[in-house]
Amino acid sequence: MTAVTNPSTGTQQEPQPATEGRRFAPGSPLRAAIGFVLAGAVLFAVAPLVLPDFRLNLLAKYLCLAIVAVGIGLAWGRGGLLTLGQGVFFGLGGYAMAMHLKLADAGPGNLPDFMQLYGQVDALPWWWAPFANPIFAIAATVLLPMVVAFVLGSLVFRRRVRGAYFAILSQALAAAMAIFLVGQQGTTGGTNGLTDIQTFFGYSLRDPVNQRMVYFIIAGCLLLLLVLARQLMRSRYGELLVAVRDAEERVRFLGYDPANVKLVAYVAAAGMAGLAGALFVPAVGIISPALIGVVPSIELVIGVAVGGRATLIGPALGAVAVAWAKTALSERLPAAWTYFEGLLFVLVVAFLPGGLASLFGLIRRRPGVGTTAETSEVTP
Amino acid sequence: MTLVLSQLFIGSSIGAVLLLIALGLSLTFGQMNVINMAHGELIMAGAYTVYVLQKTITGAGASLLVALPVAFLVSGGMGVVLEFLLIRRLYARPLDTLLVTWGVSLMLQQLARDIFGAPNVQTRAPDLLTGNVKIFSSASGSDLVVANSRLFILALALLAVAALTLVLRLTALGRRIRAVVQNRDLAAVSGIPTSRVDRLTFFIGSGLAGIAGVPLTLVGPIGPTMGTNIIVDAFLVVVVGGIGHLKGTVIVAFALGMLQSIVEYSTTLSVAKVLVFLAIVAFLQWRPQGLFTLRTRSLA
Repeated sequence: MTAVTNPSTGTQQEPQPATEGRRFAPGSPLRAAIGFVLAGAVLFAVAPLVLPDFRLNLLAKYLCLAIVAVGIGLAWGRGGLLTLGQGVFFGLGGYAMAMHLKLADAGPGNLPDFMQLYGQVDALPWWWAPFANPIFAIAATVLLPMVVAFVLGSLVFRRRVRGAYFAILSQALAAAMAIFLVGQQGTTGGTNGLTDIQTFFGYSLRDPVNQRMVYFIIAGCLLLLLVLARQLMRSRYGELLVAVRDAEERVRFLGYDPANVKLVAYVAAAGMAGLAGALFVPAVGIISPALIGVVPSIELVIGVAVGGRATLIGPALGAVAVAWAKTALSERLPAAWTYFEGLLFVLVVAFLPGGLASLFGLIRRRPGVGTTAETSEVTP
Repeated sequence: MTLVLSQLFIGSSIGAVLLLIALGLSLTFGQMNVINMAHGELIMAGAYTVYVLQKTITGAGASLLVALPVAFLVSGGMGVVLEFLLIRRLYARPLDTLLVTWGVSLMLQQLARDIFGAPNVQTRAPDLLTGNVKIFSSASGSDLVVANSRLFILALALLAVAALTLVLRLTALGRRIRAVVQNRDLAAVSGIPTSRVDRLTFFIGSGLAGIAGVPLTLVGPIGPTMGTNIIVDAFLVVVVGGIGHLKGTVIVAFALGMLQSIVEYSTTLSVAKVLVFLAIVAFLQWRPQGLFTLRTRSLA
């Protein structure tokens, strides 16, 4: 806590929060611990008890999107990197997992069902073969997106492609990836994607007990990643990331390389999206280009914007809320949902850039965060 | 030889489409730094204008010629409303403009779906544009045949570039636009009403989107989602061309068209898209600000 100068009297005033208040102040470890315990209780005890199997499965799907959102919150909210292509990393993770599960379903030596169906390939393509190994597949779900993000990020950030340019490039990546997957029908399942996944490492996904287990795994991963993201945001690196977002040139003049700072956030976000994609597959039983293209990628961003891009929990809550609203509204009025989604985007981003979190004053302690996210980029 | 020529022609006709859809953006994004994701929907509005005109007033014959100015006004008008309601509040936050206009594009798509129905609609091409022209006749019988509609698009694209260049170079409005782009504050103190110039610039840029929509009815389906398919390509052209320069947009549109036609010929459409994307990333390594840059002393 630093002393602040009162502009009217010119005297120095020590901020004097009550001792209790300081201990429970937003951002304090105790408060965070209580928050995590509460979130854990809701996810692990309340939700499974209250929700029927079908709704719990939907919640599992939403939590996957929430994991992606935590990454976007880190990269965009804290780092100012508006990535409109997280679907790519989500898809890489999802396809890596689905490829393994399809191979496992088919049994050793057999082709996955869709390859036989389309009849365009006689033998397993070489790049499918390693995914038969479960360890390789699980590692690939996270590492593959991180490697792609690392290569792309180090090329792009080092050449100081930033702001809108980066956003458009990441969006083009999502478009290219979706088109590519659709075009390679024989080996990727084309528009249908990889569907009809029966088992998850030997456990039947038809069994509600196993579905519940998948839900618990997803919820556990989300909590773990929230803890990780919190530590990252509150570390020296987290401060540096916000500094790069708000005044990149100043950080450069201080002797840091902003490209590396951005790269860490981008790669971390990609890894989270990859993990989310991998977990999405057993929860929903399908991965397809329609889930990873331009539109789903940008829909991930809306949840983050609604929840509060620069906060820790906001993106996750926002993603779950938006996905839930989408299901609830489009079940009844599909047309109304699209208008609502568009309007939500317009109203939140234009008039409430801090997201719903700023309404509740959750980020009151750091008034600058979230509201001035892009002011440093308007220099001509 | 015929093969090379025909690939060149296919490339330049892809390039002409890219140029048309990117031209309005090169004004709104390139000159004003506004990222309008609803640009694709303004193009869609132009295409639907042709459809509505054919249904109500004209037959197929003169519909395109009538539609060009009408589409310019329709899309331009939509653009002005958009600028007035939302974009002018967001000039300082370019990334937020991107998200807000994407929300607008969602609503416009749904609006199109509600008015015209979700399936694609058909228009009839004028008789004059349905035929082919034999450009090059070879002894082996593999003649180079070019569709009239493609020639029309090429001509229209070049005409639009010429008109826009003339407006920017020679008219008082063009001088004002360039002044505001180069130095907003200096333009303001010199008595140029910058916010009115912004609105006019946005009107022209959006109107050009409408014009781009008209010839697209000749080559592709008209539907509520046509804008989404267009917008990414259009932005890539402007980004690679470098903001603030029309000639960058022109060169890059044709270069990307050629590249895509050549790669597509030797592989497939989907591989071509991926390779073009990789080529763009590689190109930005070489020139991160695009082909042409505005020289400034700022650090950005």
